[in-house]
Amino acid sequence: MPEEFTETIETKIWCETPEPDNPFAAAKCYCCGYDVYGDLLKNASYIDYLYLLFKQQQPTPEQSALLQGLAIALANPGPRDHSVRAAMSAGVGGSTHASAMIAAIAVGAGNLGGSREVFHALEYWQQCQNSLELWEQMIKQPPELGREDVWLPMEHAPGFDPNGVTCPTPVKETLAHLADVGKGTNLQWLKANRAALEEFAGCPLAFSGVAAAAFYDLEFLPEQAEMLFLLLRLPGAAVHSLEQERLGWRKYPFFANGFKLNP
Amino acid sequence: MSVHSKLEKFEDNWQTSMGGWSLEGKVVLRGKDVFKDLNNSSWMEYLLFASTGKESQEIARLMEGMWVICTSFPDPRIWNNRVSALAGTARSTGALAAAASVAVSEATIYGLKPIKGATDFLYRADKRLAEGESLEQIVRAELKQYRSVYGYGRPLVTADERVEPMMNFARSIGCGKGKYIKLAFAVEEYLAASRFKYQINIAAVCAGLLADEGLSPMDFYHMATLAFTAGAMPCFIDALDQQEGCFFPLRTSRLNFTGGETVKHWRV
Repeated sequence: MPEEFTETIETKIWCETPEPDNPFAAAKCYCCGYDVYGDLLKNASYIDYLYLLFKQQQPTPEQSALLQGLAIALANPGPRDHSVRAAMSAGVGGSTHASAMIAAIAVGAGNLGGSREVFHALEYWQQCQNSLELWEQMIKQPPELGREDVWLPMEHAPGFDPNGVTCPTPVKETLAHLADVGKGTNLQWLKANRAALEEFAGCPLAFSGVAAAAFYDLEFLPEQAEMLFLLLRLPGAAVHSLEQERLGWRKYPFFANGFKLNP
Repeated sequence: MSVHSKLEKFEDNWQTSMGGWSLEGKVVLRGKDVFKDLNNSSWMEYLLFASTGKESQEIARLMEGMWVICTSFPDPRIWNNRVSALAGTARSTGALAAAASVAVSEATIYGLKPIKGATDFLYRADKRLAEGESLEQIVRAELKQYRSVYGYGRPLVTADERVEPMMNFARSIGCGKGKYIKLAFAVEEYLAASRFKYQINIAAVCAGLLADEGLSPMDFYHMATLAFTAGAMPCFIDALDQQEGCFFPLRTSRLNFTGGETVKHWRV
């Protein structure tokens, strides 16, 4: 390397050795000490590799099962979800496929059912842990934002659906499965105390709340959970966008009669 | 089972006064006919009206000056622009480059967070001054709580070369004399003399100028969201015009691995 190149990218995650004939091509890539193409490719599952990337260590069988379950639960929020609708809106107009993913990420990043909600819910877990008393206090007297941020304040208790009626079956099924396979104390506590928490929040538990508890059991930081939640929900956005691209805008709701412009 | 979702009444029912398009070909924005009432507006005047409801050639001109002088440096090393340059060198599209650069402009050390934060700070500081607190108390409390004051200090260099040309431009169109811009510089005077040695940066200047025109932090934030695209687009085009993949390539040894030397083996 020429001596004048002193600026480097510092990383604890990734290490490369060069091909003998090309310093710009890697011959070996190590992820947290594991040979990616010589070892992980043959021996690790995709879910375990995801865990390794975020946590820099191999998961236990319980952690692996928990992340696997969470990934399946989140992979497709379905075509009524805001983030998937964003991706389909790209699809029907013939926008680039990348824009469909960007649209899903942008919309799925928000405080309502999105990754920012998961971030905040993780903060609640950090503060309240398994104390029902603390949860009640936090939900009824949420922390106030200090100075203005680009994110708007939460309008409901994070992890709960302000437009919900009762906790939907898929949320309950996911919670039960993840609490079972993950063996984590927080998911089990959430399962046992869901009704009380919903009472405090005045609305039912949402997928974002189950995901937050799962991430807390996996010892993810709020910002790690925010990122992985975004990533795990993309497959559904992709396939629904592709499907609607094929079908075209004529077969997709335009809400022709639903738009009311007041003077 | 009876339906009692809060969402039911909104099904196929979006009520708005903001605007829209009709099948008859009429377009309305905030109660005005786009083809009749707004057809002579500059794009910046239209954006200002769309984003804030304000109709003002002066604010639009001031904002336009800010976009040119303050937010559109065509330097591909600046992080939001770098994203566009990388998109160019990787042969992505211009819209994807711009979208990513706009999103990345919502940054902490530059861009939209300081823009919104500095406006918010000046409004809060003015309110507390009116309540009898001293400027020193206000700034010290801000630093104690947040360890920074949006609009003061800058990465890489201390002084901000945009302050003088921006103020010159503002004065040339009759702006720059209000209480918020005076407050912005008064805060600098205090901070520069403190142990922090922070100088004012362009976010506080623009915030002060626009607060004097009655713009809220949200108004400024909404208006500024697209402001960085004129800096990002030339970076994209420049990278596109050069050999693919040649924008600051990195050899493997540019990775400084700090995670330990042990090679591990995956437990199957």
